[in-house]
Amino acid sequence: MTSVAARASVQEGRDRYRGLALRRIFLLAGLSFALFASVCVDMALGPANYTIAEVLRAMFDADAVSDQLRVVVWDIRMPIALMAVTVGASLSVAGAQMQTILANPLASPFTLGISAAASFGAALALVAGTALVPIAVNYMVPINAFAMAMIAALFIHFASTMRGVTVETIVLLGIALVFTFNALLSLLQYLASEQALAAVVFWTMGSLTKATWPKVAITAAVLAVTVPLFARQAWALTALRLGEDKAASFGVNVRRLRLSTMMTVSLLAAIPVSFVGTIGFIGLVGPHIARMLVGEDQRFFLPASVLCGALLLSVTSVVSKTLLPGAILPIGVITALVGVPFFFVLIFSSRRRAW
Amino acid sequence: MVAIALDDLGAAYGRRTVLSGFSTPILEGGALTAVIGPNAAGKSTLFKRIAGLIKGPGTVHLTETARGRDAVRYMPQDTGGNAVLTVYESVLLAAKQGSGWRVSDGELAEIDQILAALDLHDLAFRGLGELSGGQRQLVAIAQALVRRPEVLLMDEPTSALDLYRQIEVLAFMQRRARASGMAVLIALHDLNHALRYCDNTIVVANGAMQAAGPTSEVITAEMLREVYRVDGRVERCSRGRPVLIVDSTAT
Ligand SMILES: Nc1ncnc2c1ncn2[C@@H]1O[C@H](COP(=O)(O)OP(=O)(O)OP(=O)(O)O)[C@@H](O)[C@H]1O
Ligand SMILES: [Mg+2]
Repeated sequence: MTSVAARASVQEGRDRYRGLALRRIFLLAGLSFALFASVCVDMALGPANYTIAEVLRAMFDADAVSDQLRVVVWDIRMPIALMAVTVGASLSVAGAQMQTILANPLASPFTLGISAAASFGAALALVAGTALVPIAVNYMVPINAFAMAMIAALFIHFASTMRGVTVETIVLLGIALVFTFNALLSLLQYLASEQALAAVVFWTMGSLTKATWPKVAITAAVLAVTVPLFARQAWALTALRLGEDKAASFGVNVRRLRLSTMMTVSLLAAIPVSFVGTIGFIGLVGPHIARMLVGEDQRFFLPASVLCGALLLSVTSVVSKTLLPGAILPIGVITALVGVPFFFVLIFSSRRRAW
Repeated sequence: MVAIALDDLGAAYGRRTVLSGFSTPILEGGALTAVIGPNAAGKSTLFKRIAGLIKGPGTVHLTETARGRDAVRYMPQDTGGNAVLTVYESVLLAAKQGSGWRVSDGELAEIDQILAALDLHDLAFRGLGELSGGQRQLVAIAQALVRRPEVLLMDEPTSALDLYRQIEVLAFMQRRARASGMAVLIALHDLNHALRYCDNTIVVANGAMQAAGPTSEVITAEMLREVYRVDGRVERCSRGRPVLIVDSTAT
């Protein structure tokens, strides 16, 4: 090859890469804007409909609007709208990193049994608690759900430290956990009083309506701590997708990275689930959409997972308010109904390559 | 120039010892060393042990390098993985391990150079999943080289390549080793490649070092019978190059 041609191609590769990176940054910016818009629409909708302009004014210039509007936006709707964002982001990132470290496209908080464990914990509190300590039920439910979710996550975590346990086995263990906790849940439902049963069924469907500012703050804080941890490991996590041996040959301590990521991911998955119940779809599909949009370089994949999960749940929240006028449908049910068609379109369209 | 010597290395998977008492003379940089031996002899295990991917007894002595263990790079035999990444990104990824998010023009230029040298620049923005077996192997070589090895352990780097590219890659590695003073150890099954491109050869058999030294002294009819179970001979071709001819499997 002549050196002139060689130099031309050298130039071209670099420029093409820069172009690719820029396109992805625009995409992330677009997703951020869509998320902001979706959150505003989410806050405008409800028993009393407001215009987006009113919502914006209430958000940025709270003194200029009526007390009623301010209270509705800030105290009632904003926690719910932001909870959709933080929960969607958490579940999606948790799913993304589970898929990364387990090298399995089916890994998610749902398929690894963390959601099922949380449901069982919540049901236990609802069934036993309503009978024993009715007042404390409000606190007992998330605490119990979180405890069970962490037990499931820690089980998976310690199982993965054992010799001879491969990533394939971990996914199998997770699925075994799903069946176990679902069976226990059914048993509880069978034994529960009618009132408790209704509460359990409602909880397992997943709902954002119990969102409060403290819950938003906790989920946001967990995100704020964990996402930078992943960001620092961006190159190593991406390398893991080339296979264990390849990552190790790049100097990545695969075992340690897997364990620390599993730990972080457990927290990230368990906390939102214990607040809002089972929302199964986001943790699985959010990362897949992100992957189709920007590929698997974690510098883009990580923020894209955050944004896709958040956007997916926020849009779902909007849809759950508009589908039946006057009723807010359980969001856990709507997520799949909204997400699946969108997901199909992405899969079957030509726009599924990230470059 | 870097030099490497192995002293009494061992390795085990679980309770099964696969490698023991493995020592070699000093291997100088600037040349290729073939690591040969039958399937399951322990070649890949030896490389992983040298690279520190698996632990075990013994020492790897490195001299005249400031980077220590970091100077050793290993290119795995397996080129698997189906990540949603372009060739370009996957090589960048190799280069950027352990450093920050920012990518400088200089780093990108280096990637372009390596891709061009391996004739991969036309594939640069193809997805890894769309590559043929040989193309994957070339990408793996690019990933290893971009990490600036002083000691490079290549595990069967030409096993999926066509005849032209086998020759190209080995000659390229030879030139690169000479120019940069890097020590290259190559696990090979094609002994003619060893004869032609590798100054030294190490024979691994049953997890032990069977022979080590200049290739022409190591690859002999006797070694072939003992280690490879074939009757063969090394003869000079009409142009004077040593060529291995296998007559039959040993009886
Ligand atoms: N991960 C592993 N766990 C258990 N045993 C292993 C593992 N990897 C290799 N072995 C065993 O160690 C021995 C040496 O294997 P190794 O891969 O080092 O052979 P090799 O010389 O590279 O063979 P090949 O030419 O087929 O690549 C074999 O008996 C193999 O079965
Ligand atoms: Mg091998």
